[in-house]
Amino acid sequence: MNTSTKTAAAITVVADAASVGSDAGSIRHEETQTWELRLYIAGQTPKSVTAFANLKRLCEEHLAGRYTIEVIDLMQQPQLAAGDQIVAIPTLIRRLPEPLRRIVGDLSNTERTLVGLQLRPANRSQS
Amino acid sequence: MSKDADQQTPANRGLAKVPTGIQGLDEITGGGLPCGRPTLVCGSAGCGKTLLAMEFLVRGATQFGEPGVFMSFEETTQELTQNVRSLGFDLDDLVEQKKLAMDFVRVERNEIEETGEYDLEGLFVRLNFAIDSIGAKRVVLDTIEALFGGLSNVSILRGELRRLFRWLKDKGVTAVITCESGAGTLTKHSLEEYVSDCVIVLDHRVTDQMSTRRLRIVKYRGTSHETNEYPFLIDEDGISVLPITSLGLQHTASTERISSGIPRLDAMLGGEGYYRSSTVLMSGTAGSGKSSIAAHFAAAACARGERCLYFAFEESPGQILRNMRSIGIDLEPWVKQGLLHFHASRAAIHGLEMHLATIHKLVREFKPRVVVMDPVGSLTSVGTRQDSNVMLTRLIDFLKMQGITALLTSLTSGDEALEGANMDVSTLVDTWLLLRDLELDGERNRVMYVLKSRGMAHSNQLREFLLTNQGVELQNVYLGAEGVLTGSARQTREAAEKAGSLLRHQEAEAKQRERVLKREAQEARIVVLQKEFEAEEEVAKRDIEQERSREETHRQDRDRMGISRKGDKVSKDAEPLARSHETPRGRK
Repeated sequence: MNTSTKTAAAITVVADAASVGSDAGSIRHEETQTWELRLYIAGQTPKSVTAFANLKRLCEEHLAGRYTIEVIDLMQQPQLAAGDQIVAIPTLIRRLPEPLRRIVGDLSNTERTLVGLQLRPANRSQS
Repeated sequence: MSKDADQQTPANRGLAKVPTGIQGLDEITGGGLPCGRPTLVCGSAGCGKTLLAMEFLVRGATQFGEPGVFMSFEETTQELTQNVRSLGFDLDDLVEQKKLAMDFVRVERNEIEETGEYDLEGLFVRLNFAIDSIGAKRVVLDTIEALFGGLSNVSILRGELRRLFRWLKDKGVTAVITCESGAGTLTKHSLEEYVSDCVIVLDHRVTDQMSTRRLRIVKYRGTSHETNEYPFLIDEDGISVLPITSLGLQHTASTERISSGIPRLDAMLGGEGYYRSSTVLMSGTAGSGKSSIAAHFAAAACARGERCLYFAFEESPGQILRNMRSIGIDLEPWVKQGLLHFHASRAAIHGLEMHLATIHKLVREFKPRVVVMDPVGSLTSVGTRQDSNVMLTRLIDFLKMQGITALLTSLTSGDEALEGANMDVSTLVDTWLLLRDLELDGERNRVMYVLKSRGMAHSNQLREFLLTNQGVELQNVYLGAEGVLTGSARQTREAAEKAGSLLRHQEAEAKQRERVLKREAQEARIVVLQKEFEAEEEVAKRDIEQERSREETHRQDRDRMGISRKGDKVSKDAEPLARSHETPRGRK
């Protein structure tokens, strides 16, 4: 359990520290807005680890310097699952900017993750 | 609770069961749902799945001390709470007492993007959290198939659901999982493949515009169970399943007799009335007095201090009370004393099963000794003939098992053969009274007769009866050339008979008088004759005297002549003899 909290803390720090300029991929959102992301996991499962790694990579690529990632381990805090209507694990929630977006899975499909986060215009016919 | 205790005995056929507390369901499952295993409840929309599941939890929490978790995928906690409040379930209170935990799981496909591998651990976590928070023994997953609508990866879902059911078993909770039924399959997503311990199917069928809910246990591993379809109803007390397991002929036969409320009708029924716990059918055309006779029966039962349940399908209680008061039967005091209970409803508002369920429920609650159904025929018109027969059989058997004497009235239409109209029912009933309107001399008059009455020497007479201010009165029997006389014809005959008897009486008196006169006359004549006779005798005597004196004179003359002639002396002894022979001739 300690590891996961540590992970969460580490991620937040990393995000804050990042100050590299943003990517051209985000078209519709204001460059200055901070992204508030929340990743729900249940223990350090391979899927969770993969998801976290994928998320970090994407954020660095597209949202460097203006994102926070909060990792919530439901094994530690099961009471938090109901609040965000978590069913599937891992679930990534984009709390800000509005509207709320919900992406389930280990984020291994980069295209779909970007579409889901609206970092790329939705073009479902292609994806 | 006694059932609960039964379940805990180790020798109890291996499979422990958890009582649902739902009226009738525990009877047909032989004690409840399999303990610590998931049960699948499937059915189409609106057939009562959620309610059944909810009642299972609420009863568990309130009656059996087993807290429960309700995980809903379709309705929010607030909606659910409102929905079941009408059934008297206060979910907020139960949640407060930590007897119930509720969690609404919302899965919206358009909010969710799926990227790569995932599992449903979030659901497990939430469920686990809810179960542990109140120490739940029961779990409901209400329409878990909503997940299929929210998440697209079916293979992941199926695998996870399989894992979920396994997990629930390991957790040792008794779970109810509801599912929408699919076309041709029990559930849309074939969940029955995973939940195979107990499968209950609910159905909501509409036949002839009447909807009926039915319940069937498709599968119950490791136990014997009833396999029929059972109607059930949802009312202000929740769900009641009709345990028609009571169908049978095991009822005991009472030799006790109870009055029909009409003394002269009792006389027709072997002098003592109906048998206790028998079923009496009273059929007749419209206006033939069925309700009045039924009211007599009800009043008589109440007068004996017995409870009477009166099902009225055509009149409101107020109307019955008023109408019966007009013929001198006041039922109101009995209603006030709680001995008489009316249940009035139109037959057409429910299907047959619903009616049967209502009757079951009321009988269980009110515990009557006597039941009146007026008229049962309107029930039978609701369904098909076959359905209604099955229903009546169930009803009659149920009432008999309870030792209840039932009076069923049945309307027969004028153009049907009276006996034929109720052919199917007639074999079920013990006593059958037939009421008829006889049309004669421009009048309709009511008659009744006992068509059959098992186990008693009953009258074979057609009896006319009148609805008077004192109720139903059976009249004396007068037979005419065309059968029993009724109405004016009977009154005419009655009058004629009275007149006839007067006439006969007068005739007898006249005859008597005549005889007296005759005797007097005879006596007078006798006197006259006697006088005549005496007179004649007098005359005869005188003649004889004269004769004798003449004879004497004659002899004296002869003697004198003899003396004078000096002849032989005439022998006095011989002479009279000779003379007696010769004298008449000589005289002539």
